[in-house]
Amino acid sequence: MIEVESLSKHFGAVRAVDGVSFEAKDGRITGLLGPNGAGKSTCLRILSTVLAADTGTARIGGIDIGERPLDARRALGVLPHSSGLYQQLTGRENIEYYGRLHGIPEDALARRVDALVERLELGAIANRKAKGFSQGERTKIALARALVHDPQHLLLDEPTNGLDVIATRHLRDWLRELRAQGRCVLLSSHVMQEVEALVDELVIIAAGRVTLRGAPAELAERFPGRSLEEIFVEAVQRSERSAA
Amino acid sequence: MRTVFTVCRKEIVDTLRDRRTLFSLLLGPLFGPILFTALINLMVSRNLTSAEEVLEVPVLGAERAPNLVAQLRARSIEPLEKHDVDDVDEAAELVAAGVHDVVLVVDEAFDEDFGTERAARVALVFDRSKTRAGSRVARVRGAVEAYGQQVGLLRLVASGADPALLRPLVVDELDVSTPASRSALMLGVLTYFLLFATLTGGLHLAIDTTAGERERKSLEPLLALPVSRASLLVGKMTATVCYMVASLALTLLAFTIALGQLPLEQIGMSSNFGAATAALAFMLLLPFAPLGAALMTAVASFSKTYREAQTYGTFVLLVPTLPLAFATMLNIEPAANLMWIPSLSQHLLITTLIKDQPLVPSFVAVSALSSLAFGLLLGWLAVQLYRREAILG
Repeated sequence: MIEVESLSKHFGAVRAVDGVSFEAKDGRITGLLGPNGAGKSTCLRILSTVLAADTGTARIGGIDIGERPLDARRALGVLPHSSGLYQQLTGRENIEYYGRLHGIPEDALARRVDALVERLELGAIANRKAKGFSQGERTKIALARALVHDPQHLLLDEPTNGLDVIATRHLRDWLRELRAQGRCVLLSSHVMQEVEALVDELVIIAAGRVTLRGAPAELAERFPGRSLEEIFVEAVQRSERSAA
Repeated sequence: MRTVFTVCRKEIVDTLRDRRTLFSLLLGPLFGPILFTALINLMVSRNLTSAEEVLEVPVLGAERAPNLVAQLRARSIEPLEKHDVDDVDEAAELVAAGVHDVVLVVDEAFDEDFGTERAARVALVFDRSKTRAGSRVARVRGAVEAYGQQVGLLRLVASGADPALLRPLVVDELDVSTPASRSALMLGVLTYFLLFATLTGGLHLAIDTTAGERERKSLEPLLALPVSRASLLVGKMTATVCYMVASLALTLLAFTIALGQLPLEQIGMSSNFGAATAALAFMLLLPFAPLGAALMTAVASFSKTYREAQTYGTFVLLVPTLPLAFATMLNIEPAANLMWIPSLSQHLLITTLIKDQPLVPSFVAVSALSSLAFGLLLGWLAVQLYRREAILG
């Protein structure tokens, strides 16, 4: 479980994240939804401990990210905004590199990578250099890389960005499978259609603040006669007006 | 420790597979030796030709000075009696236009003045700005002056005076330079090439593993791994050191081969730059590699983009050459207090090596320790820069 408590972070005069609190439960897919610049990426960066929060805390599986960042990172798999693969390494080598940095012993690592290659159907690209990969192939390898240490929690920053319809569908299937395994999946997006079919819990953020939370069905009940898209847009506009 | 090894291995493999990088890594070490070979060959060939070749010089009014002409011939200067020069002005024009390097004009009144109390005149037309012609002009001038002195001496003897009267002072020169020390003058720039090749060998990697990694967006997921940033960066710097050392070794190898082929004796030098010297030079320069790697990495960690890092890095390439330039200009000798200065100390020690003089062990130790200490300091600085949040850009 990921627990976020009144996180704040500013860059100069800009308050990128302004007192954000929410929870992402195990066995659920939680969607962090917001327009560009709402603070989603900053929030995920704080959770993955590459940025430090100004105030507030977060716990990854009960581990405080400020107090024990290395343990928190062990419990996390991160799929960043852009895959960030090493072009000169093969798909497999990219995955193995992260496995070694996670301290996985060589024989266990080989078995783990084999299993990931099989499950994510990476056979065709595992031994090719990442240089010529399509966006979908890059995302696949990056996902395998994020899962190499079998983390309980997974952070995905706009994972469907740039993916074609088939690749998007595959990604959703894998995320559902990870949920079925009881993992905690937290993903960000700025497009409601992309996530409404996938997420169990929505956290809508705008101008660095959480403006609306709840399961899609719950929200539909609270705002009868409106689509999720409309609810999202209205929540964002309301929040941006009050911030201005 | 395992992290350092994993990162170092990955960076080495990553760079090895990049053909562009590999090319520049090979080009750096070859640049110096090739330039050197070309320069020395040029010097040798010029020295040889200028001493032996028959020099053809248009002489205007040769018929007025047959003895002078004979004297010139004796010194393998062939006076051209048939030529296109009619007077001094025309000679000046032709020399300025580069048709002739030097023209000798015998004065109209030469035969009248010769043998009287008036000095007979000969004009030498040349262009001082043409350095290539310098040695030819000197040869002609020397031949003419020698002829004049010879005639003067004969006249003194004929008049019954002692020719020694004309030489109240004699300068005896005692040049204690050896062929090895003479070559040190020239091989002094060798250190420059070696330091330069060491730094360029790691420049790409230092930038690629920091600013480059950020630009390609692979830095963020890397920093989210359960390893300390310090160990990541130490791994990257270790890989950079490996490439720098490889570049240094290649450069030394290329120099050893190139200098072995060159006819240095023909220009009064000798090269003791054999395998043993190269190995010693390698050991002397080895402590400089960690310093260079840390310096380059610190600069690259500080820059925001690959391009920015490249710009700074190119400037930084010049930094180690500054002490060398001063040392050469001021003709600095090795001294204990200079051994604290990296790059200068290596330069002085390698110059000692080339001069075939013994190395002072304490100098070598101080040079190595100070380079390593500076390296540690810069490495620490690089880690601090790498820890900043701004590293993500």
